[in-house]
Parts: sequence; C-alpha cells; structure tokens
Amino acid sequence: MKEYPWGMTSLAPSSASSTALHQESVPLTNIDVERIRNDFPVLHQSVNGHPLTYLDSGATSQNPISVLEAEQEYYEQRNAAVHRGAHTLAVEATEVFEAARETVAAFVGAQADEIVWTSNATEAINLLTYSFSNASLGLGGLAARQFSLGTGDEIVVTEMEHHANLIPWQQLALRTGATLRFIPVLDDGTLDLLAAANVVGPHTRLLAFTHGSNVTGTINPVAELVALARKVGALVVLDACQTVPHLPVDLKALDVDFAAFSGHKMLGPTGIGALYGKAELLAGMPPFLTGGSMITTVDMTHAEFLAPPQRFEAGTQRISQAIALAAAVDYLRETGMDRVAAWEAQLGQRLVTGLAEIDGVRLLGPGLGVERLGLAAVDVAGVHAHDVGQFLDDAGIAVRVGHHCAQPLHRRLGVTASTRASTYLYNTTDEVDLFLATLAEVAPFFGVNGGVKR
Amino acid sequence: MSDLQTLYQTIILEHSKARHGAVDLAPLTDAVSRGAASGLRVAESHQINTTCGDEVTLRVSLGAGASPETDTPDSTAGASPDTAVSDLVWAGEGCSISQASASILTDTLRGLSVTEARALLENFREMLRSRGKIEPDEEILGDAAAFGGVSRYPARVKCAMLPWVAFEAALIEAESQ
Ligand SMILES: Cc1ncc(COP(=O)(O)O)c(C=O)c1O
Repeated sequence: MKEYPWGMTSLAPSSASSTALHQESVPLTNIDVERIRNDFPVLHQSVNGHPLTYLDSGATSQNPISVLEAEQEYYEQRNAAVHRGAHTLAVEATEVFEAARETVAAFVGAQADEIVWTSNATEAINLLTYSFSNASLGLGGLAARQFSLGTGDEIVVTEMEHHANLIPWQQLALRTGATLRFIPVLDDGTLDLLAAANVVGPHTRLLAFTHGSNVTGTINPVAELVALARKVGALVVLDACQTVPHLPVDLKALDVDFAAFSGHKMLGPTGIGALYGKAELLAGMPPFLTGGSMITTVDMTHAEFLAPPQRFEAGTQRISQAIALAAAVDYLRETGMDRVAAWEAQLGQRLVTGLAEIDGVRLLGPGLGVERLGLAAVDVAGVHAHDVGQFLDDAGIAVRVGHHCAQPLHRRLGVTASTRASTYLYNTTDEVDLFLATLAEVAPFFGVNGGVKR
Repeated sequence: MSDLQTLYQTIILEHSKARHGAVDLAPLTDAVSRGAASGLRVAESHQINTTCGDEVTLRVSLGAGASPETDTPDSTAGASPDTAVSDLVWAGEGCSISQASASILTDTLRGLSVTEARALLENFREMLRSRGKIEPDEEILGDAAAFGGVSRYPARVKCAMLPWVAFEAALIEAESQ
C-alpha cells in the first residue's frame, strides 16, 4: 500500500501483474512527455497554422498507437461474436474480450466479475437507475428488495455533478416517487461537508457523487462521504470519470458500492465504459437491457438470467472497444499512474499559478496550493467563453467552452459558461504556458479590461 | 486582417457591447400580445443554442400597415405584406456573435415591412450558410454584412443565426394573432 497526497491508498502494481517499465519513484519530466507524445499520432498536426495544443482531455482523451493497433489487430485476426459460438475465432474473441475485463478490473482494484461493460459512464449510471426502478416495480424478487425505492426514500447527489450523474437520478426519483436531495457547493467550489452531514439522513437510500469535478478539478473526500452513507445504510455510487484516467484509483480501497467511468477519457476508444459494482450487490440486481447473451433458459413466457456481469450485457458486445481499452490501461499502467498523477498535479498547479497573474480572469474552484486535477476552468470578465475558445482555437489551442454538462454548478458559481483547459500525461509545461500567454491576450483583443497583471 | 479579425469585425465587437434593442423583458401577457392597448400584435420567441447555451428571446410588434380589422374582406387572418415590423426588442445572453447579431437585427429590421424583413432574413441566411462563398451584399444587409466572416466558421453560424431564427418564429406567431 502506498499513501497518496490526495487521500487515497492504492495498491502498487505487483511485479507479477505488471510489466512496469518505469521506476516508480522517478517523476515524469518534459523529456519523458515528449517521448510519450510520439505515441499519439493525432497530436502531431497543425491547426489554424499552429501546432495543435490539445487541452481538452477532460472531454475526451487521445489514443496511443498501441490502442489503435489493438483494435485493428482484433478486426484483422479475431473478429467474432463473443459468448456465442464454438468455432475457433469465437473462442479466441471471447478469450481476449474477457482478458480485457480482467485487465480493466485489476486497474481499478476490482474483480473481473465486478466490471460490467457499458458504452460509457452515462450508460453505466443509467443501467443502475433502470435496474433500481425495475427493482422498485418488484422485479428481481427478494434479492432486489434492497434496491427498491419509493415515496419517503431519498436519493442524495451533489450540486457539482456532471449531468450524467444527476439527470438519471432525477428520472429515477420521478419514476419511483423517491425524493432527490443534494449536498450544496460552497463559494470556493468545494462541497459543503457540514451541510452534507444533515442532507444525508435516515431516509437516504443512496448517495451518488463525483470523485473529481470536471469543472473545478476538486477531488472530493470519498472516505468522509462514504462514512456518512454507511452510518445510515445508504448505497454509494461514485462517478470516477475524471479520476480513473488520472489518478491511481482502487475502488475496493475506497469502499464504494458502485462506480462508473468511460474508456474514451483514459486513452481508449469511444463506445466503451464500465460500471463497477460489488459482486454481492450486482448479484441481487435485476437486469436493465434484456435480450440475447444474458439468459440461461427461455420459454415463451419466461426467462432465467445469467449471473453478473453477463446479466447486464444484453446483445452483441463492444468487443474491439473493450480490447482497445485494455490496451489503453496497459499503456497507463506501464507509464505508472502515480507518475501520471504527479505530472498532472504539477500541470494543474502551474495552470492555477499562471491564471492568478492574469487580470480579469476568475478561476472556478479552489486556488493555488489546494490539491486538484490537472485542469482549470475560468471566467474571463466581459468575454463570453465561446469567444475565448475561438480566440484560443485560432492559436491552435483546443479547450472546452460552455457549461461542461454541469449547469447547476455553473449557476451556483454565478456564471453560465466557462473555458476549461484540461491536461493529460501527454501535455508539456510549454503547452500550459502557451495557453496562459494566449489567454492573457483575450481581454485586449475583445477590448475589455484585463490581460497580464502589471 | 487575420482570420480572427474578419470573424470579430469591429462593428460586431461594438454591437456586442452596445446591445441595441436589449431590454428587461416583462412576461408577455395575453392582453399585450393581442394589442389590447397598443393596437399592435406582439409575439416573441425564445431560442437556445444547445451547443453553447446562448439564449435570445426576441419580441416582435407588428403594427402599422393593414391590420386585420381594416383589412380587405378577402384577406384571411395574418398580416398583409406591407404590415410593418414596428418594434423589436430582445433579451439574451451569450457570445459576442449572438449578442451582436441580435443588436444589429433590431437596427436592421425595425421599420421594414414584413415582406422586406423576410427577404433580408433569407439573404442573411443564405450568405451565412455559404461557407464563405457568398460575399455579403452591404446594400441589402447593411451592418449585418459584418457577419460575412462568420460564414467561414460553421460552428459559429448558429450563433449569428440565433436571433434571426427567433425573429422568424416570433413573426409567424404575431401574424397568426
Ligand atoms: C465527471 C463526469 N461524469 C460523467 C461524464 C460522462 O461521461 P460520458 O459522456 O463518457 O458518459 C463526464 C464526461 O463528460 C464527466 O466528466
């Protein structure tokens, strides 16, 4: 076990399960990052006459060659429907598909049968909510009772959630008669933990929150929130979209009941994500999507379902994507998640330090010295985020503008939109500096006060 | 001029700050829309650009010219072609392109006949959708010709069109009253 400054413990990869090429304690440098960049073809292009500066990995990350090759190799050599045939290709495809599950499970400290493939985190959370509403209708029998919700029950989320971890719960509340409550956000963009202790109460059946905010970069205190939920016997759902790609995350050590993450944010392809669930919980849940590949016996009026994870994987699966995601995980593991996290923490602090030097720029969320992910969202006084983004794009810098699927959080922080730069293991300190220098030119260009502080 | 300067022409940046026609819109009551006091037919449309969250509510007042009461017997409900767009006001929030576009729209269309306004709108739309192929005609478009640079940025065409789409929808509604 290793202690990390962001309050998590992670099992260091054991030498048996890891082909770790790095020396764990050696931090990444710009020289390493340049080498890493060579593995990412998409980064080597120019945009609007400038080299591409890709600072939008919080939205989606880029793929290393090994991931692209894994997908291609699968289609060139093994493509077949998994869990559905006895011919050689089908057997091989099934083997690599299930090996991919093991790889991804190990990466987040889970057992293979605790990882359900989904299209993305959004689908993972929807799977949960529809399974729970099916349980609320009485499906799944006695084992599913613990997931059944009704009038008087409360679902708690936070005010900083991505819409993907808000709207499915709103809809579940509407379908079941449960009440949705939320833990408010403080002015500095962090959760109001004092209020949390009151919001999570005897009627709370479920607490869903994000591990890391995709807007403020804040990392939430998982242990504290899990403890609140445990006290009242509520289930815990973690949105790990912004952390599994960027920090060493051990879901077992965090002791959450469920978690969701997306492959495309962690060097993998689009169309693949995962729901983690504790084995004993998944075992009691009724299915959401139904059809082929999730049953044992079927007659014209009735069907028996397979055990998890297959119970939740109806229909032909995202096979090449799962295999490519495993290749992405291998890439991250070989680089070392501790090093990735430390590098991005450095980039995050560099962003925050630089932003403080620009007049008229307001950072959303906690400032310098507070631990954060390698991202920062800002409001430029007098210039709409869309215009900021256009100005940056003209310089070849790709950032996200808008509300980043977190309207309630933006409203809480008093803005409708912001400009977010988000880094990954392939971003250099020069790129962060270029972003900062270009951002400082925005206010003068649009004729408002601001720019580099004198 | 750099690409960015053709997109953000001075006139656009000025209008995005001046916001001609922008008001605090009180809710539109039935009485107001029917023109109980003013004799005008008033309608509005709220448009949102879902990709960026820009919003514009544009309110159209149709007046002078033929009103339904004094219309020739054979005319059905609706404005006659020479009905005037007598007033335009708006409220909104968003990028400089969408806000400047609303400001310029009110300056450009106020006082035109419905027919003239529609023709101008069509000309504007066609120019914007041309991906830079159609040079804006300043004779027709006036200040709205400044959006010529936007036409080369497909992602921003929606921003410039937003208030015009609101105008189009509000006009149809006002005519039906
Ligand atoms: C915190 C957070 N949760 C959920 C999501 C949803 O991910 P996806 O769109 O891949 O389902 C995202 C990404 O946009 C995110 O940043």
